[in-house]
Amino acid sequence: MIETFLNIGLMHYLTVAAIIFTLGVCGIFLNRKNVITILMSIELMLLSVNINMVAFSAYLGDLVGQVFTLFILTVAAAEAAIGLAILVVYFRNRGSIEIEDINRMKG
Amino acid sequence: MIIAVALFYIFSFIAVLSAMMVIASKNPVYSVLFLILAFFNAAGLFVLLGAELLAMILIIVYVGAVAVLFLFVVMMLNIKLSKMKDSATKYLPIGILVALVLFAELFFMLSSTTKTLNISPKVAKSTVTNTEALGAVIYTDYIYLFQISGVILLVAMIGAIVLTHRKREGVKKQDAYTQITRSKKDTLEIIKVESGKGV
Amino acid sequence: MEFLTVFLPLFAAMIVGLRSGSISVKAAQVITCLFVCTSAFFSGVLFYDVVINKAPRVIDLLSWIESGDLKINWALRIDSLTAVMLVVVTWVSALVHIYSVGYMSHDPHPQRFMAYLSLFTFFMLMLITSDNLLQLFLGWEGVGLCSYLLIGFWYNKESANNAAIKAFIVNRVGDFGFALGVFATFYIFGSIQFDEIFAASGSKKDEVINFLGYEFNAITTICILLFIGAMGKSAQLGLHTWLPDAMEGPTPVSALIHAATMVTAGVFLVARCSPLFELSPLALSIVTVVGAATCIFAATIAITQNDIKRVIAYSTCSQLGYMFFACGVSAYSAGIFHLMTHGFFKALLFLGAGSVIHAMSDEQDMRKMGGIWKKIPLTYTMMLIGTLAIVGFPPLSGFFSKDMILESAYAAGHSGNVFGEFAFWAGISAAGLTALYSWRLIFMTFHGKTRASKEVISHIHESPKNMTIPLILLSIGAIFAGGFAYKVLGIVDADLEFWNGSIVMLSENNVLEAAHHVPVWVKFAPFAVGITGLLLAYICYILFPSIPEVMSRIFAWVYKFLLNKWYIDELYDFLFVRPIKAIGSFFWKAIDIGVIDKFGPNGFAILSQRLATRVSKIQTGYVYHYAFAMLVGLVGLISWYMYLIIR
Repeated sequence: MIETFLNIGLMHYLTVAAIIFTLGVCGIFLNRKNVITILMSIELMLLSVNINMVAFSAYLGDLVGQVFTLFILTVAAAEAAIGLAILVVYFRNRGSIEIEDINRMKG
Repeated sequence: MIIAVALFYIFSFIAVLSAMMVIASKNPVYSVLFLILAFFNAAGLFVLLGAELLAMILIIVYVGAVAVLFLFVVMMLNIKLSKMKDSATKYLPIGILVALVLFAELFFMLSSTTKTLNISPKVAKSTVTNTEALGAVIYTDYIYLFQISGVILLVAMIGAIVLTHRKREGVKKQDAYTQITRSKKDTLEIIKVESGKGV
Repeated sequence: MEFLTVFLPLFAAMIVGLRSGSISVKAAQVITCLFVCTSAFFSGVLFYDVVINKAPRVIDLLSWIESGDLKINWALRIDSLTAVMLVVVTWVSALVHIYSVGYMSHDPHPQRFMAYLSLFTFFMLMLITSDNLLQLFLGWEGVGLCSYLLIGFWYNKESANNAAIKAFIVNRVGDFGFALGVFATFYIFGSIQFDEIFAASGSKKDEVINFLGYEFNAITTICILLFIGAMGKSAQLGLHTWLPDAMEGPTPVSALIHAATMVTAGVFLVARCSPLFELSPLALSIVTVVGAATCIFAATIAITQNDIKRVIAYSTCSQLGYMFFACGVSAYSAGIFHLMTHGFFKALLFLGAGSVIHAMSDEQDMRKMGGIWKKIPLTYTMMLIGTLAIVGFPPLSGFFSKDMILESAYAAGHSGNVFGEFAFWAGISAAGLTALYSWRLIFMTFHGKTRASKEVISHIHESPKNMTIPLILLSIGAIFAGGFAYKVLGIVDADLEFWNGSIVMLSENNVLEAAHHVPVWVKFAPFAVGITGLLLAYICYILFPSIPEVMSRIFAWVYKFLLNKWYIDELYDFLFVRPIKAIGSFFWKAIDIGVIDKFGPNGFAILSQRLATRVSKIQTGYVYHYAFAMLVGLVGLISWYMYLIIR
């Protein structure tokens, strides 16, 4: 029993990644404060995916995982930039980024 | 070896904790800071896995650029400390339940597929550094993807500028074309002036 | 030629009617009058051929329905009965057409009127020349339709509309009985063609129909049902309420439809089905009783009415009663004879009344007339001739026919038929009342001190030639037709030779023979009561004009009872109209709207609306709600797949 804790295997890394992913998902809809939290939760999810990729790369001995992580990093940065730009423009137009006030698409 | 195990646990524990604090803290600046902490710990995990280039790039790009960007926006938008509203607690149980279900599924799925895999890490004792190994692959096999990711960044940059660009009144700007294409005709006017009389 | 006789009016109606908006008035009048006059000429020729030369015929035109045992053809059957009716209908119709040219000259739509008149003539001709019950029914319904169209001709007047609908609906009630009769005929005889029915009638004498566990004699049932239809069409007591209101239509309509043709369709039906009626004493008794009751009932009302056309309408109703009870005592030929003479003098009276109304600037109330006989002498003479005919003054035509009927009734009464006795006394009383109201009409309208306004008197004028010539021609018929038919044609001879098989009278019921041997006082009774009526009218309306008013005050309740037509309209309203309206309203409001609509279309509409409102609440506009939904969906999908894999 204690060996599973002492011998760090692939599963441990994957578990950590899964936990962080779940936390990111929670962050999207459990927050009641502002939209920035949503963007940060997305970054968390991408981070967990990165951990996943690198762990697999290390345990399979294939560099593809790390290459892909690089690209994910790139895209995540681009997406964060655009997301923040949208947020800034939205704030400029609406004056508030409270979650409760963003309901213009109410049907 | 024991150091590796201990470090692993420390890194992952702090990472998870700071991830939790990202979504739980009231002050948005605290959230960003906890995000930065999570990134740092993830970088540590990467180092443990033998991918030091990626760890450094993570820190430089994510922490140095993205998280700082987040801070800029938080401070610019002047987000106030918000109270925890009551409606959150209404959704909390069901949300946590769904999240737990998700985690359980992920866990069981991953655990069932990795049974056949070798558990021990293959951190190859090689002569090349991670950087050199990555470079050898990126610029040869994945050159197209590399260039395209560069284009993605370009597009994102242009997009961000276009989105947030606004016209301001009363701003003096230089128009180089008009300056260069100025001709004598537009500027000089020769007038014969009578002595004693003005213009 | 037979085809043309029947169908020429249809062609005229179609040509004029389908272009009634665009065709010129003159053309419409010329076409319709020409066609109908040609038809009248042909029917005269046919009369000569069929009756004098004794050549009845059946002309097959087209096969109409062939379905299993039911075979019906379009066929024209022309025998003596038909020939007589043809002459009456076409001649009166032609004269009415010519009269309408003048009468309706100031109307905005004379073309439509002429087209309707021709259409009506066609349907009536179809009715009388039909070879089977279905074709007769077609003509029957057609004249009902045209009657509706013509009564409601001035459709902008609400009272005219109501009268037209009333006529149609009351007729419909009768038609229901008629239809049942046709069904029963087919059920018993397997065919509805007259030749086949009459040939088989003897053998089916004792057939019974089982209905609701009771057994009814078949022939009696058929005859009673057909008679109910005749009651509706000929305005007998019970289904008579439409006839007085039908005076809302223009006067030529009243002359054609309610004097000579449509209302006589019922009598024609009974006479045509005489082979059937002869086999059912019960049906004959019912016919007698109803006819006699109507005859006296209508006469009592006529003596109180003040509208000139209403008096003549009730007079028609009463005379129809005469015709029916004549048929009831098996004197069918006498009934048809009276029909013929009645056609002439009633049309004369109606058209003459129309002439009076025209002269008095559309005034119809007799209380506002009087003392105008010097100013419109021709009209006065015509009305006088008509009145003399109707009261049975010898030797005008009414004398022959009415006396024949009364003698037959007396003879029937004294040979065992108690209803005949009742009919005789009813007929005599009605004859007296007929004289009273007819002379009352003449005196009130033409004699005495005038009660009309100066304005009306100054405009009084004789009618134009196209209105007076038909009157003159009709008066010739009214004077001579009776004597001619009686003496020369032998129309009511006891051996029925004139009819040549078209009317059947069983030898044990031969009242015509007995009618020639009645006591002398019976022969003079109608004339006596006629003179009594004349004297009474003279006293009341010329010598002492205050008497009627005094009488109406002394017998106030009798007067009111008669003036309000025995309150039958009110009775029907209470018994039938209100409950049916209430039932209809209940079914409409409570069931149709409340139940069917609520659970049907409206229910579904409201349900879908509510559902949509509920569903639209899912779109909250909050992004995290959407994200949550996505997550739940994803988790669910993964769980499903894992469940499948584990299983």
